[in-house]
Amino acid sequence: MTTHHTLSVLVENKPGVLARVSGLFSRRGFNIESLAVGPTEHADVSRMTIVVAVDDLPLEQVTKQLNKLVNVLKIVEMDTSVSVQRELLLVKVRADLAVRSQVLETVALFRAKVVDVAQDAVTVEATGTRDKLDALIRMLEPFGIRELVQSGMVALGRGSRSITDRSLRSVERTA
Amino acid sequence: MTREITGAQSLVHSLEAVGAEVVFGIPGGAILPAYDPLFDSTRVRHILVRHEQGAGHAAEGYAQATGRVGVCMATSGPGATNLVTPIADAYMDSVPMVAITGQVASAAIGTDAFQEADICGITLPITKHNFLVQSADDIPRTIAEAFHLAGTGRPGPVLVDLPKDILQGRTAVLPHEVWPPALDLPGYRPVTRPHGKQVREAAKLISASRRPVLYVGGGVLKARAAAQLRTLAEMTGIPVVTTLMARGAFPDSHPQHLGMPGMHGSVAAVTALQKADLLITLGARFDDRVTGRLASFAPKAAIIHADIDPAEIGKNRTADVPIVGDCREVITELVAALAAEQRPDLEGWWHTLDGWRRTYPLGYETPPDGSLAPQHVIERLGRIAGPETIFSAGVGQHQMWAAQFISYENPYTWLNSGGAGTMGYAVPAAMGAKVGCPDATVWAIDGDGCFQMTNQELATCALEGIPIKVAIINNGSLGMVRQWQTLFYDKRYSNTELGTHPASPRTGVKRVPDFVRLAEALGCVGLRCESAAEVDETIEKAMAIDDAPVVVDFVVHPDAMVWPMVAAGASNDEIRVARDLAPDFDYTGDAEVNL
Repeated sequence: MTTHHTLSVLVENKPGVLARVSGLFSRRGFNIESLAVGPTEHADVSRMTIVVAVDDLPLEQVTKQLNKLVNVLKIVEMDTSVSVQRELLLVKVRADLAVRSQVLETVALFRAKVVDVAQDAVTVEATGTRDKLDALIRMLEPFGIRELVQSGMVALGRGSRSITDRSLRSVERTA
Repeated sequence: MTREITGAQSLVHSLEAVGAEVVFGIPGGAILPAYDPLFDSTRVRHILVRHEQGAGHAAEGYAQATGRVGVCMATSGPGATNLVTPIADAYMDSVPMVAITGQVASAAIGTDAFQEADICGITLPITKHNFLVQSADDIPRTIAEAFHLAGTGRPGPVLVDLPKDILQGRTAVLPHEVWPPALDLPGYRPVTRPHGKQVREAAKLISASRRPVLYVGGGVLKARAAAQLRTLAEMTGIPVVTTLMARGAFPDSHPQHLGMPGMHGSVAAVTALQKADLLITLGARFDDRVTGRLASFAPKAAIIHADIDPAEIGKNRTADVPIVGDCREVITELVAALAAEQRPDLEGWWHTLDGWRRTYPLGYETPPDGSLAPQHVIERLGRIAGPETIFSAGVGQHQMWAAQFISYENPYTWLNSGGAGTMGYAVPAAMGAKVGCPDATVWAIDGDGCFQMTNQELATCALEGIPIKVAIINNGSLGMVRQWQTLFYDKRYSNTELGTHPASPRTGVKRVPDFVRLAEALGCVGLRCESAAEVDETIEKAMAIDDAPVVVDFVVHPDAMVWPMVAAGASNDEIRVARDLAPDFDYTGDAEVNL
């Protein structure tokens, strides 16, 4: 069954690693739905959060192929039930005086916040799951969306365990 | 004061330290600094090739014949892109190779500078890994890492790109002081030891099987496990098939050997896989040329799949018992685990297999017009040159006949381009193999099409004292493509005639090029053979020449075809022994085995 899978990929923080990872997905015929890359608590290690829509079997294959990349340290699939998954949305909504209060009400309902105000528009920042952000966008659409940008998803496992512990130790050992 | 050397010196000293004895390459602007200290090296021999593709295939031939990492070198831009084909070839066939390329100076990268190409970007999908070196201090570690990556785990090509300013820059990191440098590869941990529980599981399946087959791929050769394989085969009595990449891993003369499976495999090998109840897959990858239509491949077989690359397991065919590990360790542990198990009872299976072997042996027709059968040439070449000879082949009909009609008795005596199917592989690969194994006789078996792609390296062979021998199986056309046109395109021979025959039927042109005169122009001895009566004496004449490369133009019948054949995309059940001739698949002689 084709479902969305969220992969957390720990990689060495080296030039060209993003191209290696994204190139692997495209040449093996997988579409990346969302990709976020950033630093971790360890300077030598970056973390990619990749969302792909694939069947289980091809997912296993792509995970194995990813693992073969020399710069990839570790891959963990983030199950939605045991991880926190968030995206960031910035959206500029048409909001003149006539409708501004309604816009602000919607923003408040979604626990989003206004980060910039102009005469006829507000810029709203919201974080949440894909579903929540989609709902917010649907509610704001009637007012007129002037511009919208979304980050890739980031995810972290729930509980006290860390996926970086063991792989980071191996980095330190060889460094 | 600390002594300093240049990056170029560091490169050459690192190559010496890592044990590289030969580099195939061509200098040019960006790599030029490296060629200066290379000129002085007494431990690294540089062989000046005529085209970078030749350097790459030579490095492959060297690596496949010796098991050591092959090295090729080129300059930036077109020099580097000319290496792309052999790098892709090495990637497909898991050949350990390090390619060293010059790059424009760091400051010029990204400016479309003269002879700039993003070779790291270009080779991303066809290398095991690649490096763009950013400091001369990093050269020794990078070279050590490149050789380690190329030669361990599942072997493959690794590219090291060196900007000119890095080669010219100075460094106080001296290779001989830091060797062996600590490797910084935290994400590279190939698994070589198989899981004991999986091995025991495999042993149980083997013991309970009734129609098992050892499906042996190139991984067995990479793991240098031919001796272990023989022990396993003989202790269990299980039949063996060796894929195109594994020819030589098990002696062809061995009574348990059924031959090669696949599109042009023997009926016994193909059918054994189809009817098996268990495939013991060792270092093979269920390639489409072996399986035919995947959905109908070996439908009744349980699958044991051992490979050092976990990504191969379950890629094409689900494994019932997956084993990740080096084939030599896997087989050794399997042999130990089988000691505690009962031997499978294979009497009925062998009865059936022998029936297939007797009824459908490999064969060919002698052309009625008295012209040469290409299979006869290759068969005699194998006999006369003997089992110690190393053969390399190009790609096409001659390659398949060379895989079928030569008896390979020893590992590493058969080199070819299996996965990529690179025409032009044979001559430069033979050159590399001869450099690596100077005491061995090395024959390139080539087609008239393939030969015209890379024969320039015969000049290298002539000048560098690399006396290889080349048998051109000259059928006057791109034979395999022509065979498909005969079978699937209504004999419409679009663009397959080459004009290399004595009289071209279409143009009337004779022998362009004349391979004998071409050979002589390249500093080789040129011979020609056009009838069956001359075959043996021509081969013997070529064998007697030891001080120069020899090229023999075997002018063969244009219509000979490779059989058996499973058409592309067809099921292996639809194998044809010859045109329109299907074997009786359920033939079991008087066997009692219920298939």
